[in-house]
Amino acid sequence: MNIVVCLKQVPDTETKIVLNPDSSNILTEGIKWVMNPYDEYAVEEGLKIKEKFGGKLTILSMGPERSIEAMRTALATGADEGVLLNDSAFEGSDSYATALILSKALSQTGYDIILTGKQAVDLDCSQVYAVLAEFLNLPYVSVVVGLELFPDQKKALAKRETEGGEKELIEVNLPAIFACQKDLNIPRYASLPGIMKAKKKEIKKLGLNDLGLKPEEVGEAGSKIKKGKYFLPPPRKAGIKIEGEIPEATAKLVKLLREEAKLI
Amino acid sequence: MPGIFIIAEHKEGKLKKITFELLSQGKKLKGKSGEELCALLLGSNIENLATQLGAYGADKVFFLEDETLKDYTNESFTQAIDGVVKNQSPSILLGGATAQGKDLLPRVAARLGTGLAPDCVNIELEDNGLLKITRPIYAGKVLMEVTIPQSRPQMATLRPNVVEVLPKDDSKTAEVIKSKLDLKKEDFKSVLKEILKGESKKIDITEANIIVSGGRGMKAKENFKILEELADAFGEGTAVGASRAAVDSDFALHDIQVGQTGKVVNPTLYIACGISGSIQHLAGMSTSKYIVAINKDPEAPIFQKADYGIVGDLFEVVPLLTQEVKKLKSET
Repeated sequence: MNIVVCLKQVPDTETKIVLNPDSSNILTEGIKWVMNPYDEYAVEEGLKIKEKFGGKLTILSMGPERSIEAMRTALATGADEGVLLNDSAFEGSDSYATALILSKALSQTGYDIILTGKQAVDLDCSQVYAVLAEFLNLPYVSVVVGLELFPDQKKALAKRETEGGEKELIEVNLPAIFACQKDLNIPRYASLPGIMKAKKKEIKKLGLNDLGLKPEEVGEAGSKIKKGKYFLPPPRKAGIKIEGEIPEATAKLVKLLREEAKLI
Repeated sequence: MPGIFIIAEHKEGKLKKITFELLSQGKKLKGKSGEELCALLLGSNIENLATQLGAYGADKVFFLEDETLKDYTNESFTQAIDGVVKNQSPSILLGGATAQGKDLLPRVAARLGTGLAPDCVNIELEDNGLLKITRPIYAGKVLMEVTIPQSRPQMATLRPNVVEVLPKDDSKTAEVIKSKLDLKKEDFKSVLKEILKGESKKIDITEANIIVSGGRGMKAKENFKILEELADAFGEGTAVGASRAAVDSDFALHDIQVGQTGKVVNPTLYIACGISGSIQHLAGMSTSKYIVAINKDPEAPIFQKADYGIVGDLFEVVPLLTQEVKKLKSET
């Protein structure tokens, strides 16, 4: 099996976000960068598939140099090699342009199964996997919480979380893309030997020309979405702490919810 | 002439609330551009739904009927929508940021070669015909404005509970344009085998009007029962949520987790019980209209965001609250 995980490096979820002076982006100084939390489930699923069926697990990421740290984390848990898509022309790519870039790289690496996180927790778009599926003419299942492969039949059965606790069981032909959700598995930690080995594993770098792309197809020029201003949500003011004994305070809360909030 | 299109969502024979929210949003945009407001309805044997859309503001309903559209899959729905949109060339196409919309719209946008702004909280039409779209990023820690300047239609998914549903007008009817499609199952690479029902029949936390949420302070899975009881007392439209700490301690399932690695919610009322209020959690719920915090620790950060707080033991407060709500409900 040729397994490819697409991952992204994002700010740690603990990060307090601060805007840059002209409000065109966030301030990146001092940010702790981590692997996108949902991508951890994609990596773990890739490892499990490799253990069960054999094959090669490739980590694919588009982003700046520092993305290599997140890729090494995946390599330390057992992934075989990395491909970093890095070019100054790629900067500012939206989901559409990013998916185009990834699709060109995937045409080079080949794939039987592609795994991603269900969304990156920075821009929260949750659409690169779907656009990628269109470019590669593949089926996809999003928000995957269960996955079973039947490589002989070139089929997979995926469980997709929908809403209100409901799930869909979807059968897809392979190759296919699966966007992974928490609950799919429990990601493993890297072992010390794993971390040592990861340092020697190859991370290949590919740029615009290597992928046969033109500058106008990528970055802001190749994007469908134009970014405008960033702004912070209006701060919430602390309200009142209702004093008194619990029964009285509770009664007062219900009264406030009814009279001020017009609820109940 | 171009139009404003929305994708009508329905489930178990009923239109979903997001459909009315989308039509209300569409009506506002129509007020500015004067274009026709059209709903896309996909499915099989749902004529009765097609006729309901007019009262909520649809001028036209494109009813795409086919047996294969009885079950939702992103492939079959994309193929059906692609056909109509290429034919009608609307300037705007909106869907809901629901489980279905989030899965479907990205594929539709890619097929049409246009841009999609996902999970939006404000959509306005500028004089130049461009939508000015506001969307939360970093789970709502920041908002950004985006436009889709070149490609058409301009696409967005609307977050549930953001737009108020405009009153319906039963004197209005929409022109229903029914197309019998002839989709072939064997053309698709994915098929829905089964829908596994959840444990509860409650609505999803992203669509709930009131959320009663528990954190580490709940101490055990069984104790979530008191939150269920409070939710039941409030009645329809209420759901139970949980913090990441509660989910990681196995008190609750991940599909009700609120916060940056769970769901971002936007209810009218959010009641946080035994939740201290980490930055990730606050990001996921701070657009709630009213926040109530119940916590033993008077220093808990959640009190900084709460409209009303009670410092006290949730095991004492919550059952009393349930009683009071029930009492008040029975009086009205």
